[in-house]
Amino acid sequence: MNVDVLVIGGGAAGMAAATAAAQAGARTQLLERSLRLGGVLDQCIHPGFGLHRYNAELTGPEFAHRQREELYASGAQVCLGTEVIGVDARARQVRSVSPQGVHTIAPKALVWAAGARERPLGALQVPGSRPSGVYVAGLAQRMVNIHGLLPGRRAVVLGSGDIGLIMARRLHLEGTEVAAVLELKPFAGGLLRNVVQCLDDFGIPLLLEHTVIALHGRRRLEGVTVAAVDGSGRPRPETQAFIEADTLILSVGLIPETELVPFVERDPGNRGPAVNARMQTDCPWVFAAGNCTVIYDLVDTVAASGAVAGEQAAHFALGRMQGLGPDIRLSRGENVAHMVPTSLSPGVPTRLSLRVPQPLGRARVLLAGREIARRPGLRPSEMLEITISHELIAQLDSCPEAKLEVIPL
Amino acid sequence: MRAAVIGAGVVGTLIARELCRYPCDVLLLDRAPDVGWGITKANSAIVHAGFHDAPGTTRARFCVPGNALFDEVCGELDVPLVRVGAWVLALDESELEVLEELLARGRANGVPGLALCSPREVLADEPAVNPAVAGGLWAPSAGITEPWALALAAAENAIANGADLRLGHAVTHVRVRNGRVYAVQAADRSWEADLVINAAGLWSDRVAAMAGLEPPPLTPRRGQYVLLDKAARGLARAILFPAPNPLSKGILVLPTVDGGILLGPTAEDLAPDAREDTDTTAEGLQAVVQGAQRMVPGLDVSLSVKVFAGLRPESPSEDFEVGATEVEGFYQAAAMRSPGLTAAPALARWLVREQIAPTYALRPRPEFRAARPAIPHPGILDDQAWNAWIERDPPFGKVICHCNQITEGEVVEAIRRGARTLDGVKFRTRAGFGRCQGGSCTDEILLILARELGIEPSAVDLGLPGSTIVRGEVRP
Repeated sequence: MNVDVLVIGGGAAGMAAATAAAQAGARTQLLERSLRLGGVLDQCIHPGFGLHRYNAELTGPEFAHRQREELYASGAQVCLGTEVIGVDARARQVRSVSPQGVHTIAPKALVWAAGARERPLGALQVPGSRPSGVYVAGLAQRMVNIHGLLPGRRAVVLGSGDIGLIMARRLHLEGTEVAAVLELKPFAGGLLRNVVQCLDDFGIPLLLEHTVIALHGRRRLEGVTVAAVDGSGRPRPETQAFIEADTLILSVGLIPETELVPFVERDPGNRGPAVNARMQTDCPWVFAAGNCTVIYDLVDTVAASGAVAGEQAAHFALGRMQGLGPDIRLSRGENVAHMVPTSLSPGVPTRLSLRVPQPLGRARVLLAGREIARRPGLRPSEMLEITISHELIAQLDSCPEAKLEVIPL
Repeated sequence: MRAAVIGAGVVGTLIARELCRYPCDVLLLDRAPDVGWGITKANSAIVHAGFHDAPGTTRARFCVPGNALFDEVCGELDVPLVRVGAWVLALDESELEVLEELLARGRANGVPGLALCSPREVLADEPAVNPAVAGGLWAPSAGITEPWALALAAAENAIANGADLRLGHAVTHVRVRNGRVYAVQAADRSWEADLVINAAGLWSDRVAAMAGLEPPPLTPRRGQYVLLDKAARGLARAILFPAPNPLSKGILVLPTVDGGILLGPTAEDLAPDAREDTDTTAEGLQAVVQGAQRMVPGLDVSLSVKVFAGLRPESPSEDFEVGATEVEGFYQAAAMRSPGLTAAPALARWLVREQIAPTYALRPRPEFRAARPAIPHPGILDDQAWNAWIERDPPFGKVICHCNQITEGEVVEAIRRGARTLDGVKFRTRAGFGRCQGGSCTDEILLILARELGIEPSAVDLGLPGSTIVRGEVRP
């Protein structure tokens, strides 16, 4: 089959991309490595998804179900159990493998929607022993919610990202005692609603400015030494304490999966590919969407980014892409940790997602010195969504670069 | 002839394999639940060129010949070996003298191809090295391998040639009567043995003492390491040594055979009884990073995927204890500190071919088969070859470890060859060895282990007995 748009990854971004590409008239194929569409949505059995996209509060599997229905209705072809093993930038070929064999596809456009992986313990260089009982939160979540297997009896959660908070509650509900959730920073990493609904409601303590400084136990984890940290994140040895635990859950960050597309330019702040308003990388036939571009806060936004990438990839593949001029690169000014896209495209109205590095309260957002938004209660766990109009982009047209900054009020 | 080899590390397994060339019933015993889980599992994985060791030492005697044997042994056993070469870097003018000494030492030891090079030559080959480098000693014969893979391969090959491997069998007694060995006891069972070879690594002094010898006590010397992701590839093309100090070869930066970068080790002498203390420490890891950054200043520690530590045995003589002893039939392959891995093939050959075989008038068996095929890794093959594997067995088309592109077929084959734990699978296939360190495949491999072994997931260990992953079930 001749493929116009090939989508890699069957999570929220990939499903939305394939749906949009097929709806735009492109012959579309989606490759998913597991045997189910949905990505991490299937293991997220808690509610809170879909308020923007479906105007309903859904669980992860319900959200995935709606997306699957849309995808199958769109006519896109889906290949499950198919792992991408190489992308040849020059030949524009994608090599994949499944139990049916090794295949090479030469699509006209590619949407990279491979999601993110979890940062492992080794990235933190925590000293001590290396026992069993240490899990990244997503692994623990799969064990509990997909396989019905309980990791342990007494847990410490390191990191207060959303998945860490969700897992603290999930383990508590399954009878695992959750001794504490530790967060290195002076503020929680996850959404405020998750701190309240997952920790406060169940009496699970959140220890801010704390971290694990040693693991104990030669076979199974026996406990962790924790300590408070100073302003620069260094442990203060005089505060150290031992917490007995057979389980350590890590929620210490997600890293966009881009190892198979090393040829595209990456944005150092996002750690994913730099993309313009079409979600197009500097390698013109390669588009990217979802958590492999930046770690988003809401699946709704992930799906929205996929829809943009899919539609634009279809336009590119079918020779219908219209540009009104060169992209305008966004540069990071003050208080911009993550931003997607990383450049604006004249003629393409843009929804900009932006994450601040620390809680700022009320602040205004400036683009090339012009105020484009003013929002209260800015915090790193919640991204700002700002619509940038066609007209505003036209006003920037003459400059190759525009500074994005967030100024607290 | 019955031989008992104590210790299934790289030394013991190669000796056991060598004994299998002769008409000899070989019993291979190890206290650990898998092959190569002592010193073999956590060292720098270097095939040393042989310029560090003073001429006249037993280390020097076996290092260069051992290095030369690696092509043959790794070829027969289908184990990775990459002769990336090694640099010893002088980071200031004063260290150039040390390079001259090493050059002289290396030449006396017969190390091939050594050359002193200018800073420009060093930087041309290794652009990430500190630009202040004052010179380098180049040793093209140095290489990298996977010591645990070599031990596993040698054990598999020994078993295929008739050896009996008993894991989880800590030897408690070596029986000696009238000045000769006659049995070993392990796990409450006694095995008669005409020959006992002590390759017990960090425990080899205790095993020697069981035979009535009075060996000097070994000290565990701990080495901590930091492993960087494949994204760090290119920081070092060859093995980078600093100019050595009296205690050790210093903190190195080197590539691993699967494309990562390894930093370390420290050299910390622990208490004599701390033989299981493979903890890392904040100070040790900091020393590793600082030492590595001295040679490669641009090194990005945020690419770290794993920290670990291993122990190596140090004796007061700082040398191996090898060969026949005053107890007839009891042979030493003991105190194998660095460069024990490099020396192992030459030592095994010498011990068996030149010491044991002539003494007992053993003649090689023509039916010995030297070749052992590795577990297939179709991820490195072309389409046609990979498809052939998939046609034979479709799970070879199902990728389980996404970082290293390891298939279910490989995992199942590893279990067929003896893996009983997640670490057993990992060290045989590299599944879980990559940048996510098992975050995305641990549950899959756990379930495959449970399925293939016919046990509950809650009975599957990570490594040592009792290191389970699952501790119960979720409410129905």
